[in-house]
Amino acid sequence: MEVPILKQGDYLIASIQAALSDEDLLKLRDELADRVGRFRSRGVIVDVTVVDVMDSFASRTLRTTAHMLRLRGAETVIVGIQPEVAFAMVQLGLTLEGVTTMLDLEEGLTFLDQQKKRRAKRAK
Amino acid sequence: MKTATEVQVSIRSDTDIVIARQQARSFAAQLGFSGTDLTIIATAVSEMARNIVIYAGNGEITIEAAQDGAQKGICVIARDRGPGISDVARAMEDGYSTVGSLGLGLPGTKRLVDEFHVVSKVGEGTTVTIKKWRR
Ligand SMILES: Nc1ncnc2c1ncn2[C@@H]1O[C@H](COP(=O)(O)OP(=O)(O)O)[C@@H](O)[C@H]1O
Ligand SMILES: [Mg+2]
Repeated sequence: MEVPILKQGDYLIASIQAALSDEDLLKLRDELADRVGRFRSRGVIVDVTVVDVMDSFASRTLRTTAHMLRLRGAETVIVGIQPEVAFAMVQLGLTLEGVTTMLDLEEGLTFLDQQKKRRAKRAK
Repeated sequence: MKTATEVQVSIRSDTDIVIARQQARSFAAQLGFSGTDLTIIATAVSEMARNIVIYAGNGEITIEAAQDGAQKGICVIARDRGPGISDVARAMEDGYSTVGSLGLGLPGTKRLVDEFHVVSKVGEGTTVTIKKWRR
C-alpha cells in the first residue's frame, strides 16, 4: 500500500495507512528524500494517526527518515501516535530519539511555521 | 460467529508480517481482548514474524486460545527451522542484535506479554511462544 504524499506550500504531508509493510516504509523514506529535494520543502509531516502497530522496524525507519530529511534541509514532525500505540512503543523500548513528535496535524503545522519564522529571523 | 480454534499464518515475506498482525488482532478481538491489549498483541506478533523473515527466511505463526484455570487468553507460537540462536540469554538483552538493528524484538516482546518462552537449537530452528491473559 503506497503512502500518499501531499505538497502544501513549503511542506510535505505523508499520511501513513494502517497496513504498511516494511517495503512500503522504505519506499516512503526514499520518496520523501527525493521530493524534499525536488520541491525544496522545508518541513515534512508524517501522519501516523491510523497506524495501529509501531514496531521496532517502523520506528527505526521513521527515525532514519527524519534524520535523512534533516540532512536534506527539512524538519520532520511525526504526528498522531495513538495512546495505545505509544504505550506499546514504551514497553518495547522504542523512543524515537531525536525526532519531533506532535499530537496532531494542526500542532505539527504550527510547529513547522514557528520553525520557519525563527529561521527567517536568524537570516535577517 | 463462532471463534475459530486456531489460525495459522505462513511467514515468508514482509507482507506476511502485516497479515500475521492483522490476524492476531482480529483473533484477539474475538477472544474478548480490547483497546490497548489488541495493539500490544499485534505489536508482539509483528516482532515475532519479522524475526522469522529476517533470520530464518520462512516459518509459521499459530494463534490460538489459551486457558489456565480460570484465566483465559491468547497464545501465539512463532516457529521456524532457521539457523537457531546460539546464545539465547544474550539475544534477550536490550540492544543486542547480530544484524545492527535495535535489538528490542525479543526483550521488548517479553515486556509486552504475560508469558514468554524461547526454545532454540542451532541448526534446527527457533520457537517463540507468548501468552497474554484477558484482564
Ligand atoms: N528466529 C530467529 N532465528 C535465529 N536468530 C534469531 C531469531 N530471532 C532472533 N534471533 C537473534 O536474536 C537477536 C536479537 O533479536 P531481536 O531482539 O528481535 O533484535 P533484532 O531483530 O533487532 O536484532 C537477533 O539479532 C538474532 O541474532
Ligand atoms: Mg527482531
